[in-house]
Amino acid sequence: MSGFLEFEGITKSFGDLKALDHVSLSIRQGEIFSLLGPSGCGKTTLLRICAGFETPDSGRVLLDGKDITDLPPNRRKVNTIFQNYALFPNMTLRENIAFGLQIAKVPKKEIAERVEAMLQLVQLEYHAHKRPHQISGGQKQRVAIARALINRPQVLLLDEPLAALDLKLRQRMLVELDGIHDEVGTTFVYVTHDQSEAMGLSDRIAVLNRGVVEQVGTSTEIYEAPRSSFTAAFIGDTNFFNGRVCEIIDNEYCLIEIEGIEPRLRFFNDKNLRANVRVDVSVRPEKFSMDRNPPVPSLKHNTLRGIVEDIIYLGSHSKCWVRINDEYLISVTSQHSRFLLDRKPILWNEEVWISWHADDGYMLERYDENDEALLALPSDTDLIEEPAAVDDVEAE
Amino acid sequence: MLRRLKEWLLSIPSLAWLVFFFLLPTLMVFVIAFKPANLLGDIGEGWTLSTWVELGNPNYPAIVWRTLRLSFYCTAVCILLGIPFSYCIARASEKCQRWLLMLVIIPFWTNFLIRVFAWKAILHPEGILKHVLVSVGLATPDTMLLYNEGAVLLVMVYTYLPFAIMPLYAAIEKFDFSLIDAALDLGSTVATAFRRVFVPGIRRGIQTAILMVLIPALGSYVIPDILGGPTSEMLGNKIAQRASTDRNLPHAAALSALLCLGVMLPMLVSTLVLRRKKRGEP
Repeated sequence: MSGFLEFEGITKSFGDLKALDHVSLSIRQGEIFSLLGPSGCGKTTLLRICAGFETPDSGRVLLDGKDITDLPPNRRKVNTIFQNYALFPNMTLRENIAFGLQIAKVPKKEIAERVEAMLQLVQLEYHAHKRPHQISGGQKQRVAIARALINRPQVLLLDEPLAALDLKLRQRMLVELDGIHDEVGTTFVYVTHDQSEAMGLSDRIAVLNRGVVEQVGTSTEIYEAPRSSFTAAFIGDTNFFNGRVCEIIDNEYCLIEIEGIEPRLRFFNDKNLRANVRVDVSVRPEKFSMDRNPPVPSLKHNTLRGIVEDIIYLGSHSKCWVRINDEYLISVTSQHSRFLLDRKPILWNEEVWISWHADDGYMLERYDENDEALLALPSDTDLIEEPAAVDDVEAE
Repeated sequence: MLRRLKEWLLSIPSLAWLVFFFLLPTLMVFVIAFKPANLLGDIGEGWTLSTWVELGNPNYPAIVWRTLRLSFYCTAVCILLGIPFSYCIARASEKCQRWLLMLVIIPFWTNFLIRVFAWKAILHPEGILKHVLVSVGLATPDTMLLYNEGAVLLVMVYTYLPFAIMPLYAAIEKFDFSLIDAALDLGSTVATAFRRVFVPGIRRGIQTAILMVLIPALGSYVIPDILGGPTSEMLGNKIAQRASTDRNLPHAAALSALLCLGVMLPMLVSTLVLRRKKRGEP
């Protein structure tokens, strides 16, 4: 390992709760690295360990080759953007931004220059005299960024920085963050539970679940080739099948027999499995094509017949749930390209055929039945925004 | 117009209360201060400035100075003790918070006078504290714990500490402690974070606590009367003495008026300061 910021076997417990379990990560200089996971997965704890607010029970944190595990927060070249921004209410924006430099006893003239440059970077020149309560959420966000970056940290930690903003503003800030990163080139470590934020911004993502790193990779790797059922279910949406390899074709593909499903399904055998091995496979909803007529048979396609049980219209696309049998309810995304072609849209209780290319499914290394809960039909309670409080509790 | 009238009607009860029980008595004190005293202990006819001249009594500056000094010490000690105490309460678990606040309030269930007499028993030359101190070698048998300024200050702090804790607790409980994290994260030491972020953050609580302690402390009468000796008299004692022993009401009134002005002045200043600061805040 030769990363810029290294976590080596970090373990941290709060009472009986194991927040982090032997987490090792290697983050490169200048990259935007995201820690992605649901509330309580340990991502905030890992960030607080990096900032120095928590000490790990075991393991080390290395920054640029130096062990910083036991350094207090004020002696690390690491700055944090807090979830609620934590701007000092008794100071103007200019004073907020200058705070770190004043503490470091930088000459007054230099402070003034650097604060001015920062105000320009985050486009707040005309608000510098205001106090935090007089500006909007997006502006507070920018002050927090400026206040952290002015100290020229080696690593900037961002703790769900966009969680308090509304959707449109969040998307704009995401673009702005990316622009700021391009300009300053600092290593960003970005904590979020929002997969779209992570995938849109990051060079690489670490998916965390129950204190364990599930997978590290680029957005595409994590989406297209998830290693575990958790990653597959947490990032985007997916369908799981549990079966047995029954035939290998050309050393490339294999036929998988799934209990209760009629034709055997063809998958790309990237794990080089042999016959008779049990395997868990997964197919993303957007990989299916759905039609009320049976498709032209093709060797490289799998086809299943089912009944449409539920449809949710989402504008850009619709989500359908297709009942194959008692056990399998398949989630399918369908585009609305047919709307203007005067063809009847597929409705509830219609019999449909869904098919997908053998290359579009993937095999999982690890499978946990609990993860299927992540794919369940959204109930009313899920629609209420999940409070971020669980992570805060975990951090205390 | 009708709305204005309604507002006036609605404020009549509280206004009447303030006028009859606060404004009129205060004005009476100020008026009596300009009346002559007669030998029967009544208020004489006509008007005079002689009582105000009598305030030039050479004993008074020492008493005024002692009153100010003890009150300021008491306020300072209450704030210095109140901040860490309130901090602990505010940071405790919710269940603990309720218990700790309860402990702060419980003394109020007992009559104030009885609590002061209890202190007299504790500090008495034959009392338990003296015995303990002597046995551990912290005091000699002729150390006097009672009837001095120290005893008065101690019991003043004891009495007024809850009045400091309450507003401080309210302010600290609302304080956003992630600001301390932010200050540390930006490189400041704990001491700097305390001075530049925590204290400004609970400034209002501190201001309220100062008023809540300083004003009653300036008017202390029972504590120095029971626990203080002749060398630790405060202004309150002198007022009582002039009114009940000497039967010189105008003189007592003039002293009261003086104290009253002394209390209102810092309040006026603090209100003005608060109002000026308010422009920059919600």
